[in-house]
This record gives sequence, C-alpha cells and structure tokens, in this order.
Amino acid sequence: MALRFDENDMKALEKIRERYPNNTACTLPFLHYAQDRFGYVSDDVIKLVAETLNLPVAHVLNVATFYTMFNKKPVGKYHLQVCTNISCSLLGARRLVDKLEEILGIKPGETTDDGMFTITEVECLGSCGTAPVIQVNETYFENLDEKKVEDLIESLRKGELDV
Amino acid sequence: MSEIVLFKHLIDPEVRNIENYIKLGGYEGLKKALSMNPDEIIEEVKRSNLRGRGGAGFPTGLKWSFMPKGEGQKYFVCNADEGEPGTFKDRYIMSENPHQLVEGMVIGGYAIGASVGYIYIRGEFEFVAKTVQKAIDEAYNQGFLGKNILDSGFDFDLYIHLGAGAYICGEETGLINSLEGKTGKPRLKPPFPAQYGVFGKPTTVNNVETIACVPDIIRRGADWFLTIGPDKNNGTKIFAVSGHVNNPGVFELPMGTPLREIIYEHAGGIIGGKKLKAVIPGGSSAPVLGPEHLDIPMDFDSLKKVGSMLGSGAIVVMSEDTCIVEAFTRLARFYAHESCGQCTPCREGTPWMYKIMKRIEDGNGKKGDVDLLLDICKNIMGRTICPLGDAAVLCIKGAIERFRDEFEYHIEHKKCMVDNKIPIF
Ligand SMILES: Cc1cc2nc3c(=O)[nH]c(=O)nc-3n(C[C@H](O)[C@H](O)[C@H](O)COP(=O)(O)O)c2cc1C
Ligand code: SF4
Ligand code: FES
Repeated sequence: MALRFDENDMKALEKIRERYPNNTACTLPFLHYAQDRFGYVSDDVIKLVAETLNLPVAHVLNVATFYTMFNKKPVGKYHLQVCTNISCSLLGARRLVDKLEEILGIKPGETTDDGMFTITEVECLGSCGTAPVIQVNETYFENLDEKKVEDLIESLRKGELDV
Repeated sequence: MSEIVLFKHLIDPEVRNIENYIKLGGYEGLKKALSMNPDEIIEEVKRSNLRGRGGAGFPTGLKWSFMPKGEGQKYFVCNADEGEPGTFKDRYIMSENPHQLVEGMVIGGYAIGASVGYIYIRGEFEFVAKTVQKAIDEAYNQGFLGKNILDSGFDFDLYIHLGAGAYICGEETGLINSLEGKTGKPRLKPPFPAQYGVFGKPTTVNNVETIACVPDIIRRGADWFLTIGPDKNNGTKIFAVSGHVNNPGVFELPMGTPLREIIYEHAGGIIGGKKLKAVIPGGSSAPVLGPEHLDIPMDFDSLKKVGSMLGSGAIVVMSEDTCIVEAFTRLARFYAHESCGQCTPCREGTPWMYKIMKRIEDGNGKKGDVDLLLDICKNIMGRTICPLGDAAVLCIKGAIERFRDEFEYHIEHKKCMVDNKIPIF
C-alpha cells in the first residue's frame, strides 16, 4: 500500500520546512513526523519522506538507521524503554527488566503477540536523579521499583494512562 | 542560601511564564545588551570567566571572539543533547526557567552576529521541548525574538531541532551534521565551527547551562559574576547527583563547593549509611575518584589537578555495595554502542574492551586481561576524530587504575568480591 501525506500533513510539514535553509535539514523532523503518523519507519515511510523532500532514498534510509529513536520494525502499542545505564542500574534497573520479562513473557527487543508491549533496553535518558526510569512511548515514568512496574503494566493494559 | 543564577524557579515556581520571568529582571540583560556593541558584550563575557558547562570548560567569551566579523549568515546553536550518562541538569533549566535560555540565545546571537539560532534538544526530551517552544512563542509575542528586536534593528529567529537518539550528536560537530539532516558523525577539526559550521556557515555551539548564565552576566555585570566561585572558575554550577544517595537531584551551588558537602549535605549522604566507594565527578567520561577526594572543590581546575574533570558536573555516587567491574563494564558497553564507527581505534577498540570486561565480570577473565585493556586504551587515546574514543578510555582506564585489585580478584577467583550488590547484568 502506497503511503501518502494528506493536506493537513503537508501544511504541518511546510511549517517545519520554513525553519531550515534546505530540504536535507528536514530529514530528522520529517522522519519524526512520519513515525508519529504511521507508527514506525517502514521502507514505505522512508520512500515517502525521500519523495516529499526530493532527496535520495539512500540518504533517508541511512539517517533512519543511524538514530535509535526511529523504529524500523513495528513496535507494540506501548514501547517500554528501560534505561539500564549506570545511575538506573545502581538502583535496580535490571530488576525492572526481569519483572517486565516475567509479566509479559518477552525479552528486550521483542513484542508481545497481542501487539501491546515492546521492551527495549536504552541508554541514559537524562533522568538519572529520578532513577530507575522507563520511557513509555513519549512519557517518562520515574523513581520506579518492581511493584510500581506491575501497577504501570496493569494501568496500561486497562487503557488508564494516556501516553 | 547561596546565590541563584539559573534556578530562578526556586524563587518563583512560575518563572517559566514570561510575566513572572520579567518580574525577576528577565530580558533586562537583553535590553542592556542591545544598547552595547557586540564586541563589548564579548569582552564582558570574557571578563566574567564564564567557561563552557558542556564538558570541556572552554572560555565562552574567547569562543565567541573566534567568530568572523562582518556581514554574512552565521548561526548560534545551543547544545541540549544531554546524553552524558549521569547528566540531567539542562533538562531542568529548560523545563523550569526556559526564558533564561531564550534570552541568552538572543544576547549570544547578537554578540556573534547570528540571525538564526537552533536549540538542539535530544529527541527523548520532547516533553521538555514543548515548554521551551512555549517560551519561544511568548518571546516572539513580546518582541524579544523576530524582526527588529526592541527597535534595535537586530533580527533573530530561534528554532528547536529534536535529535533522535544518539549520544554522539552531543559532540559539537556531530551535532552540526545532525542539524543538517545527516548522520551525527563528527567532523575533523580544523576547520572549526567558527569558520565552517552548520550549513557551511560560521557557527558557535554552547551548552544550555553556559548560555543561561549570560543574561545575568550582562544585566548584573562581570564583576558580580566574579564574586561567585574560585578564580578562573567563576559562577554557580548545577551539580546533578545520582546513584546511591538519599536525596538525588540537581543543586545549583557556587563553583568550588566541596564534593563532601554536595554528597553529604545536599544529596543527603549515602543510602543506608553505607561507606562511599567510588564517585564519578563529571559524567561517565570523567575518571572515577575515591573517598580520599571528598574534600576537593568541585571546579574545573581542582578536578584537573587530581586527574579527573568537572565535565558536565554530573556526580554518580557508588557505595561499598557496588561491584566496580560490573558498573564499568556497563559503561564500556555504552561507549561501544555509541561509537559512530568512523575511526578504527574507537570502532574496534570500544567493543573489544567491553568484551574483555564482560568476560572478567562473568568470571571468565584471563591472566593478562587487565594489561590488555590498558594496552587497548593506549591505542585509542588521542588517535581518533572526536573525543568519544578518549572519553571511553578515561572512563575505563580510570576505573582500572583505581580499582585494579577488584579486576584482578575477579580474574583470579572467578567471582565478585562484593556481597549484597544489586545486579546490573
Ligand atoms: C561524545 C561527546 C558527547 C558530548 N555530549 C554533550 C552534550 O550532551 N551536551 C553538551 O552540552 N556538550 C556535549 N559535548 C561537548 C560538546 O562537544 C561541546 O564541547 C559543547 O557543546 C560546547 O559548549 P560549551 O562550551 O558551552 O561547554 C560532548 C562531547 C563529546 C565528545
Ligand atoms: S572517536 Fe569514535 S565516535 Fe568519535 S568520530 Fe571516531 S569512531 Fe566516531
Ligand atoms: S542512567 Fe538512567 S536516566 Fe541516566
């Protein structure tokens, strides 16, 4: 299925374009926009961004694969990004990962069969003073422990949290 | 209470709104700046001894003076990538007192002759970027941004650019490439950004905290700034304390505040009354220190004297329950993951160091592994395009030199010498 940006998208993208002196500079913001819009950065999304910006597909693909925030595979409805860098690890980030594995039955890098959850181990999220931290989609959940992780998953399952 | 320069939300929690910021003297610095000529501003910043808060401590006024004079497009870029493990300070300037950053951007832009500024914020901080964008919108509405600012004839536009998850984009030339829409691979210097920066134009890159110091330096004068902190290390510093402390968080204190006071008074001491084993004083790339260093004044020059660095001012505290081998193996993995792959010593050396450290940690270390690690360090140091390779070395070599016995114990006994540790792997 060929993807396309609709009229509203194009308006938003033109606004972004005004901030930069050339099209290449729009690669990251357009990819961010497209990921929000289409869920992940598929080959079709890469082609679409390249076409819209009149840039080589190879350039957009290269950029999309360099940055960890662009998901080249579909991720679950809730993307659980657990920081396991130093400050979070000193306060038990590993136990949070173990807990998530136990509750969800998947390992980091995997998505549950129902498409609800993906676990990813990430590097420092700049939230070390409120460690350990999990970023769910765009939202940070800070000062976590195993019990709070259980509650978090429970709330996400019930659709109680807007993330 | 000590002088507050940056954390004005501790005076007025609503200072993120422009009216509140103005009540505390906000945008007075800009008004004064616009009545001065650009060189006078650079001179004042030089005289204040302001040094870069992003890691290297380079004198800010001097950096600004490298920009070519005269007409032509130039850029002022703010580094808000905040990726150095342990660092979480710029985030709070942006979410709590964003106008001070915006005001600093306009003053800096005027001083170096830039008409466009970008704030490069790490992508994960989208929620922080929203607050900054609101401040930018408010500043446009009040005529502090845009065309002919306060009838001075000076034009300045300010935009936010979101990163997308890559530590290397915090390095200023990696950041410049990323801003141009490319992969964030650092550039060879020279040419320096002041000659050939973003979009091929003269560019200055400064850290959030550095830029946020500028409005008050201009408004209150360099002499006032010089009254805070030790000579050549003036001003306040935001210390971000994490790890095994009772009260982790960010504390704005005069430069030169003793490490002991920061850890035991402001951060509430070690969890469970445990003993301090190790402390990283300036983000993961700053060589680790021990309890004997607690009386060190936390400033650029004092930390350099003991072979470490102030870096980003991020203090990571490790109690006696920490396995140093395990903790630094995790950091080795970080550097291996973040190497951009351009230089052979860094691309090959960082994963190799991680591999060796992991096998030591797992109880499979071989005799000679420690010397092998030091040898790899020697082959990376100073042989790469950007300082990430060096940073990995400073981090790992620092740990090995200070805690060599723990590494050797792991190899000899095939196990850890610390009980009760919280597992990292
Ligand atoms: C690997 C690496 C990562 C860096 N990350 C950051 C960062 O996240 N934020 C920052 O301000 N500076 C970072 N720096 C330092 C910048 O390259 C640059 O020195 C700094 O932005 C200059 O600003 P300052 O003079 O105001 O400190 C990093 C440097 C390296 C080598
Ligand atoms: S030192 Fe490492 S991160 Fe820096 S340019 Fe070379 S390979 Fe890339
Ligand atoms: S180490 Fe986890 S947020 Fe910094």
